[in-house]
Amino acid sequence: MTAREIYGRTLAELGKTNNKIVGITADLAKTTAIVHFEKAFPERFFNVGIAEQNMFGIAAGLAKAGLIPFASTMAVFTCLRGGEQVRTDIAYQNLPVKIIATHAGISFGHAGTTHHCTEDFAVMRSVANMTVICPADGIETSKAVQACVETPGPVYIRIGRGFEPPCYENDDYEYEIGKAITMCGGTDLTIICCGIAVLQSIQAAKTLAEQDGLSVRVINMHTIKPLDHEAIMKAVTETRRILTVEEHNVFGGLGDAVASVIAESGKGCVFKKHGIYDEFATIGYAEDLYAHYGLDANGIIDQVRCMMGMEFEEDENWDDE
Amino acid sequence: MPIALNEKQKLLDTARELRLMIIDVMAWSGGAHIGGSLSIVDILTILYFKYLKVDPENPKWEDRDRFILSKGHTAAGYIPVLAKRGFFSEEQLKSFNHFGSPFAMHPDSNKVVGCDASTGSLGHGLSMAAGLGLGARYLEKNYKTVCLLGDGECCEGSVWEAAMSISHFKLGNVITIVDRNRLMIDGFTEEIMSLEPFADKWRAFGFEVIEIDGHNFDQLADALDKAWAAIEKPVMILANTIKGKGVDFMENNVVYHYASGDSAVCEKAKASILKGGI
Repeated sequence: MTAREIYGRTLAELGKTNNKIVGITADLAKTTAIVHFEKAFPERFFNVGIAEQNMFGIAAGLAKAGLIPFASTMAVFTCLRGGEQVRTDIAYQNLPVKIIATHAGISFGHAGTTHHCTEDFAVMRSVANMTVICPADGIETSKAVQACVETPGPVYIRIGRGFEPPCYENDDYEYEIGKAITMCGGTDLTIICCGIAVLQSIQAAKTLAEQDGLSVRVINMHTIKPLDHEAIMKAVTETRRILTVEEHNVFGGLGDAVASVIAESGKGCVFKKHGIYDEFATIGYAEDLYAHYGLDANGIIDQVRCMMGMEFEEDENWDDE
Repeated sequence: MPIALNEKQKLLDTARELRLMIIDVMAWSGGAHIGGSLSIVDILTILYFKYLKVDPENPKWEDRDRFILSKGHTAAGYIPVLAKRGFFSEEQLKSFNHFGSPFAMHPDSNKVVGCDASTGSLGHGLSMAAGLGLGARYLEKNYKTVCLLGDGECCEGSVWEAAMSISHFKLGNVITIVDRNRLMIDGFTEEIMSLEPFADKWRAFGFEVIEIDGHNFDQLADALDKAWAAIEKPVMILANTIKGKGVDFMENNVVYHYASGDSAVCEKAKASILKGGI
């Protein structure tokens, strides 16, 4: 089942026990899979047609009426087309609107740049009151959707088109918004990643262990904001090499968020941001684009090997701090 | 129902007092969107002192009627109404725009007691009103949501997205009022970006349009009675107003879209309000 399918079904389940949950979309009920909620609860589902600004404004009004609206459209129409309504109507008023944005990153690659979204972390991170989440797969999407109901204020959850392979085998793991998950331990280098990059990074770590004898830690930073500073600094101290991987422009996303934490800590380490290097992505199916932009395991392996050759300045006081 | 004479006199007195307060706010705040603040005074007066079911003792009362000032830049005309209605002291208005004040050029519902929506970016209020209307229906609440827009604001495409949905969802519990003062920052609406045939546009979007003189309490009451009685077909009250209403040298004068006032200007404005007898 795809991430958005799981999202739609999870929401329909949640609706059974929480009658404050309502759904809203802008003519993308089927595409975003919120249609499962619509079928279960037609009396509390609203389709506003192709009008994203209106959708987020109405979502704000529904929240003001005491409800918990889940609003779904594609990521690019969320953070840009309806971005001001998200910022001013929802976030400024600190309303509990849960935004599930689909087709994020370059997951809808063959649709062309109008339907790509490699800017949403940058936009949403800088909106006060907003929680920003990027689940690794469908199972984690389900956990995020359940967890966000209890999270006060607005939440932005970005998922892909839904054809991404699963990362988790089952849902038998602890999930907490704002708490990173170590997918595999390691001491030579840490990959801090989110979304589709998590599975690819795990595969890269396995290959690097087999072929290069490297011990690579993989951290699933599913919450971009608030960021898990502790997990980052632990990785800096213990591995001294950090690679961030994200399906987003390298400007303003997870990489910049992690870089800020490291820079402000005063600790030095080898550091690299990997993602889309400030360009509008080319056309193609998602998996071809991931390979082209080095967001697959092979691309990540290349990044790690390159970084292992880089030296960092030793600090003799390091161990004491 | 026609308004009784003594009630109308009370409304007239309240509106005059509010106009005087707004002039004070213009002075205390260092500047205000004075023209558009004065054009909505009579609409706000009859709403807050006759129609809206609100409780200053319990401002978050969940069954209260809601009001959204979509033309948020005229907070200087709106915040004094909330003070006069008893949501906070009139003395507090002296802090308007100052550091740490709850009151700014545009209203913040998280800071201003009795204010239902943060507005200021034009074209947002009517969508929020639609959301409140849908929410009220789902929760089986009887409250009304009144949304006051500026006419210039109706250049924003999102207004029409909201209008389309209010009509589509048959939200008779949302009442739309447009302050048709015919002026925007750069000049007359019909010269900058024509809105006419304005009433027909709203009719085409499925609204019952009631066109009135927005400074006439009898006409306002008549229109609001009809709007309050609406069940499915939403009502839009097209309130023809005068920008700067009540201050002779500000009326229909584009210069007073936004202005600050020294004591001489304020005295002159207050004298005009007191002389006007509206």
